[in-house]
Amino acid sequence: MHEVGIMESALDAVTAQARDHGAIQVHRIVLRIGALSGVEKDALRLAFDAVARGTPAAGADLFIETVPARGRCPECDLEFDVESDFVFTCPKCGRISGELVQGRELELATIEMS
Amino acid sequence: MDAALKSPPKAATRTIEVRMSLLEGNDRQAARNRRRFREAGICALNLVSSPGAGKTALLERTLSEFGRTTRCAAVVGDLATDNDARRLGRFGAPVRQITTGSACHLDAGMVARAVESLDLAGVRVLFIENVGNLVCPASFDLGESLRVVLLSCAEGEDKPLKYPPIFKSAHVVILTKMDVAGVLGFDRGAAAENIRRIAPQARLIELSARTGEGIAPWYELLGSPPGRA
Repeated sequence: MHEVGIMESALDAVTAQARDHGAIQVHRIVLRIGALSGVEKDALRLAFDAVARGTPAAGADLFIETVPARGRCPECDLEFDVESDFVFTCPKCGRISGELVQGRELELATIEMS
Repeated sequence: MDAALKSPPKAATRTIEVRMSLLEGNDRQAARNRRRFREAGICALNLVSSPGAGKTALLERTLSEFGRTTRCAAVVGDLATDNDARRLGRFGAPVRQITTGSACHLDAGMVARAVESLDLAGVRVLFIENVGNLVCPASFDLGESLRVVLLSCAEGEDKPLKYPPIFKSAHVVILTKMDVAGVLGFDRGAAAENIRRIAPQARLIELSARTGEGIAPWYELLGSPPGRA
């Protein structure tokens, strides 16, 4: 359950942003989570409910956007979407690539506050 | 906060673009660790596997053989006990146990604090034995030069397909306990193919820490790690 620690750092950042912008209530938080980040969305939500208590983000709407995995074939110099099995098969030449260009994101994207 | 409380209650809702990594603190510390290891000429390896795959057994043999001619050090993470540090402490290399309490992975700060109290003079190879877990350690850069993922043949050939994030991030994958592969009916060809499908970037080593079978490529890798200046 490393999601608790990750959510804590997200809320630290959210609280700091709210303070810097003179806001007292956070309405919506958008996270971007890569399909290969190793982080579970449901566990993040569970952690959010527990960790947000007593912060300006309590009761805020948590929106988690999944960033799909994308690979790159070095032979064809081609970027491509990866299926759910995470085997990075180049759609052009069929080789399996180890190059990941997207999918590990763990990002606090936007905050709505007033 | 006071200013905020005094601001008009009907302040307009604003959307702030943050675009910040949630692991920023860890990644910054990992970069500091990496710089420190590089400046000291140390190759740091982050060893990751499920519990019981044989990380400590591999390090015992490595410290007792490879460690005789090359100065090594180890930090080892577990939720509780210093059993592993005691196992590894018998070979003369500096060893530190990190007990994480309930944390399911090591982070860069824990490694930095553990390393602080180790005598790293002359050390060429630092082993960082992560908490046994194939999920959470994938997200946490420790500042290592190489990430080594171990998979014991008792765990089944399809483990890489079930835990892609950690295998995707591996520089090296080691199949362990190969001395009992036959008894277990382990299909090494199928395992190698699954590793190649998920982690084509990783170097594959098959060995047994108990018998020493297949250990030479591991020592060769430690002796001249890729990317060392």
